[in-house]
This record gives sequence, structure tokens and C-alpha cells, in this order.
Amino acid sequence: MKKRTGAEIVVEALIKEGIKVIFGYPGGAVIPIYDVLYDTPQIRHILTRHEQAAAHAADGYARATGKVGVCLATSGPGATNLVTGLATAYMDSVPLVAFTGQVPTSMIGNDSFQEANITGITYSITKHNYLVKDIDELPRILKEAFYIASTGRPGPVLVDLPKDIQNSKTDAVYPKEISIRSYRPHYEGNPKQIKLAANIIDKSESPVIYAGGGIISSGASKELYEFAHHNNIPVTTTLMGLGAFPEDDPLSLKMLGMHGTRYANYAITEADLIIAVGARFDDRVTGDVSEFAPRAKIIHIDIDPTAISKSVRVDIPIVGDAKEILPRINALTKGKKREAWHRKIARWKEKYPLKYNNDGKLKPQFVVEKIYELTKGKAIIATEVGQNQMWAAQFYRYTRPRSFISSGGLGTMGYGFPASIGAQLGRPDEVVFDIAGDGSFQMNIQELATVARYNIPVKVAILNNGYLGMVRQWQELFYNRRYSQVELSGSPDFVSIARSYGVKGIRVEKCEQVEPALKEALSTPGPVVIDFRVEPEENVYPMVPAGAALTEMLDGLA
Amino acid sequence: MKHLISVEVENRFGILARIASLFSARGFNIDSLAVGETEDPTVSRITMVVPGDDQVIEQVIKQLRKLIDVIKVVDLTNQPTVTRELVLVRVSARGRERDEVMRLVDIFRARIVDVHPESLTLEVTGDEEKIEGLLTLLRPFGIKKLVRTGKVALAREYKG
Repeated sequence: MKKRTGAEIVVEALIKEGIKVIFGYPGGAVIPIYDVLYDTPQIRHILTRHEQAAAHAADGYARATGKVGVCLATSGPGATNLVTGLATAYMDSVPLVAFTGQVPTSMIGNDSFQEANITGITYSITKHNYLVKDIDELPRILKEAFYIASTGRPGPVLVDLPKDIQNSKTDAVYPKEISIRSYRPHYEGNPKQIKLAANIIDKSESPVIYAGGGIISSGASKELYEFAHHNNIPVTTTLMGLGAFPEDDPLSLKMLGMHGTRYANYAITEADLIIAVGARFDDRVTGDVSEFAPRAKIIHIDIDPTAISKSVRVDIPIVGDAKEILPRINALTKGKKREAWHRKIARWKEKYPLKYNNDGKLKPQFVVEKIYELTKGKAIIATEVGQNQMWAAQFYRYTRPRSFISSGGLGTMGYGFPASIGAQLGRPDEVVFDIAGDGSFQMNIQELATVARYNIPVKVAILNNGYLGMVRQWQELFYNRRYSQVELSGSPDFVSIARSYGVKGIRVEKCEQVEPALKEALSTPGPVVIDFRVEPEENVYPMVPAGAALTEMLDGLA
Repeated sequence: MKHLISVEVENRFGILARIASLFSARGFNIDSLAVGETEDPTVSRITMVVPGDDQVIEQVIKQLRKLIDVIKVVDLTNQPTVTRELVLVRVSARGRERDEVMRLVDIFRARIVDVHPESLTLEVTGDEEKIEGLLTLLRPFGIKKLVRTGKVALAREYKG
């Protein structure tokens, strides 16, 4: 058997895992891998302009497709530039394999040029990581990396590859199957617990399903839909769960939590049963934990045992995969009508719809609504973080899984634009928008070069209010309007900067320009940046102040 | 309450760093930690004493299990177990005090492992009660140095 180099084995592993696109940035410690990629046309390498963007693009690719995203960076600064991307993927359970170069094994620990202890740095932001010290172990490690990233609760795995390992040879082959004695995620769910859950559901008069990103990771949207409809249970989703359940369905309560709908938060608070599926009771969802769902028993279905009873006491924990468990509970439940509960919710929905003061000024919510209208609700929406993210969550209606791509857990500004690149490459036939803020967009603005170079047709809608809007909103509401360092003067003219990269730029200053601008963007075959000069001091409402109970919602329109 | 937790891990470099990183990232404390190879050279056993209420300990155990290189985690706190710790203690001992210290050595089946005109260094092995008992009695003489291995433990095979 012909011996192969470490670099060849890495590229071969990518091919065997069915990886078509990778995102990366070369450097001294990964030249051997780049040399092999030079002769590997079946793998498309997208050169970003910053390693952070490579990690986010791989993440966006993974979220849009459900496949493992792959990124590649050199040692030292290349590796540390991946850190934010890895932490983002870890918090949101995104399957990612990151390869980093490392100084040769003999030089590790010597403070060598471009050396960083990236495995040490990333222990707590990866699902697992490896520093490869023995070439014979490389094939097994690569197989494990892809297996671990994509099974159980998915997450990022980093493989650190010293340069001498990339160059040395082995006849060890890439294993077909893998078994790790210390890692056996279970999917089935305990039958006794499932029975208990079904009993309690049949007894419940006012249940709510609280669905998170786990529904999307698990591919359980159909199962969730059937379960909710069979039992007539309203469904609220987390930010990560947007698209897991169709928001145009009568059972949908849309998003809950800090900027969720009033009716979702009221329903949670008055419910006698919460069925949490693939969600983790994040503080932005629960508000004051001691007043969260005070009357409810809680069933919690999650593949990750650590998510259960972490912040909220759970009555019936079920560890396993939502896709397997929901149909089994469904089969045991009777399908109660619960009419009184639905009447109550209908009244809340009527009384407290999501709304904004559409007074003829250019409102960011109006822009999002128009994007929804003109894409007929069928676009993939990536977001940055802050007000833009919340308006994108509130005013676009998500009806399909993997159509909302946003950094929920870590809240990474600068995520959306590179993630939209990854999403567009993974789903080339779909319209992809990045709904951005003027602050966030500037955190990875250099990726305009990437969309220009590869003609990646993402549409960037900058809701440009000249502020770090969400922090400004907090300063307005809770810090006496003391606007400390949130005003962003000095930002470039986004239309000109797009043009200087060879990307179409459009400016919109009035409501009546919104529709023509979006139509122009949608009919442009390449990337477009639209600079929406929106109302500078518009706030996101409703809002539960941090640490308050979910029912204590502020509403700017009251 | 303090819990005694036994963790079987893959005997690979970096595993202690992983566990230390987990404890610091999640804000868990460790009172003591003892690590060594087991009967299977690919497996190490870590015995740790962790303070915390039931909710904290539940998370500690689940989070440990979540680490890929962790094979098995058992809370031995409420199980029949054999636990031992080894302590080296240097105690001031001059004149008549030397006899008293040596009497304690006999009673507690400790050993004298180093002798100096002004001090004696003792080695003592045992469970927590025995060790704390001896240390309490030695304290009035003046403990000059103290080093402990941390507890090691095995569940009893016969659980009757």
C-alpha cells in the first residue's frame, strides 16, 4: 500500500466525508495542505479575507445545509482568529470541523514563530479537539472529528496539525466505521419517561410547546408539526428555533423571551404544562427564572443531559433525539381539543399583536416586512447581532427550518455577513439576505472582497441608524439616555465602499424607495449592499428588561 | 456537602487540562484530586472531592460525562467504598514531646520517615476520620509542613 502524507490524508478525509466547499486562509504552517488542495478540484476552497469569516462562513454553510462545515487556518494568529467563530458555533450547537496548522512537533512549547496553544485555548469552546502528535493516528482522529461534530448534540471540533505531521507519511487508512467507547450519544429516550410525558399531556388543559434549535438540528420539524396539531398545543420557539414550526400556522405563538411576543410570554406564564424540546432555558428566554412558568409542570426533551435541570427544575426529563421521541409521545396521547385555552390565546393575539409605529418615516421594521413580502417568505435570512437581529426575528415570518441563521448564544456581531456567504454557497438556488446593522457589518466588512471575487449573490440590507442601536436602547431606557460610545460617526459611505469592491450599492432614505431598491437587488444576479438610512432612535419592542419576569414587558406604543 | 467522585478517563495527554478547564469555565470547585493509571494502561482514574449542593453535583457529573475522553463517572458519596489518603506531616518535637509524638505514631499506625533534632516527619495512611484524628492531636505540637495526596477510593465489590 502506498504511503501518504498527512496533508494528503486530510484532503482525502474531506473527500470521503463528502465535503464540497471549505473556507480558509493560508499561512506558513498549512502550506502542505494547500499544496494538496492545488490538485484537488473536487473541493472548492473559498478564500475569505479574515480567518474569523472563514469560521462563520463554515458555520453558516452548516446551519443552512445541515452538513458539517469545514474551515482551515494557519497556526498562531490564524488559529486564534478562528476562536470567535468556534465559540459562536459551540454556543449554537453547529457541526463544524476546524483545521489549524501548528508549528512542528519538535518546536511546540518553545514560543516558536506563529505558535499558539490552540487546543488549550479552545477546550471550553469546542465539543472536542485534537493535537495530532503521531501520523499513524491521523486517519482515526479525522474520522472521529467528523463523527463527533455531527452526532449527539452537534458542535465544533478542532484538529491541530503540526507541520511535520502534514509532511510525514503513513500507510494507516481512513476507517470506514468508528466506535468511541467514551462517546455514545443515545437517541431513543426512556420508554417510562415517554409514557409519563404522554399521561401528563393528556391531563393538561393549557400546555405550551417551547421549541428550540434542537428541533432544527434533529430535523424534527415535521414530527413537531404533527405532535402539536394532534394535541392542539400552541408552539412558541426560541430565536434558534425560528423556522422549526411555521409561523403562519394558527398554533404558532412566534418567539418568546426578552423580545418575544406578548402572547407567547403570557401563554408560558399561564400554562399548566411546558413541553420544552431542544431548548435550554436561556436567560434571554426565561427572564426571572423564579417567575418563569410558575404554574407549569415541565417536560424537557433534549439530547444533551447537561441541558436538563441546568437553570430550571424539570419534572419529566427525557434524554434523546426529538425526531425519535415526539412521534412516540404522539402515539400515546389522545389528542385533546383544549378550546378554552385557544380562545384565551386568540384574545391575547388580537389584543397584543407585534406592531410598530409606522408613521411614514423609514422604519427598520418596515424594511424587514418588505423583504418578507418581496421574497414571499422564502428567503434565507442571516442576521448580525443587536436590534437588526431582533427586528429580523420579529417581522419576517419563518416557515421552514434552516431559513434563519443567527448567532443566538454567543451573540457575535460580524457573524451574519460571512454566515450568509456560507449559506448561499450551501444553498445556491435560494435568495439569501444578511439583515445587518451599521456596527455589525463593519466587523467583517472586508468580506465584500469575497462576495465580489466569487460573485456570491447575497443581499446585505444594512439597517443603518448610525448607532450601536441595542446598547443605545438600553442606555436610553435604563441609563438616563446617557449615550456612552454608541454613536458611530466615521462610518464609511456603504454605497461607495460596496462599489469600490465592485459590488452594487443602493441607498434608501424614504419609505417609497424601499420596494424599488429591494426589487433591483433581487433582480441583480450578484451581491448587493443596500444602505437603509432608518430612523436613528427606533427601539425594539416589546421588551422584558434583563432579570424581570416575562410578563413585565415594556412597550413603546402603550 | 462534599461529594466523592470517581472518573475513568482515556489515558491521554491533556485530559487533566480538559477537566481543569471545565471546572473553571463552569465555576465548580475541587477540594482534592488524585490521578493515576488503572489496571488497564489506556485508562486513568481520577478521584476527586467536590463541594456543592445536589444541583451543582448533578451538573458536575453530567458535564464530566459530556467530555469525550471521559469513559465513566460514579458518585461514590453514598456507596459503600474503601477510601484512603496518604499524608506526610512534619511536626515540631523536642525533648519530652518526642515521646508523645511517637506514642501517637504507634496508636495511629503511622510511620516516622525522617528524623531531625527538632522535628519528626510522619507518614500516615487512612480514611478521613483517622487522618483528621491524628492531625488534630498533632496540631498542639506545631505542624511545620503538611502534604496530602488527596483521597483515592474504590467502591466495595461486595455490596451485601
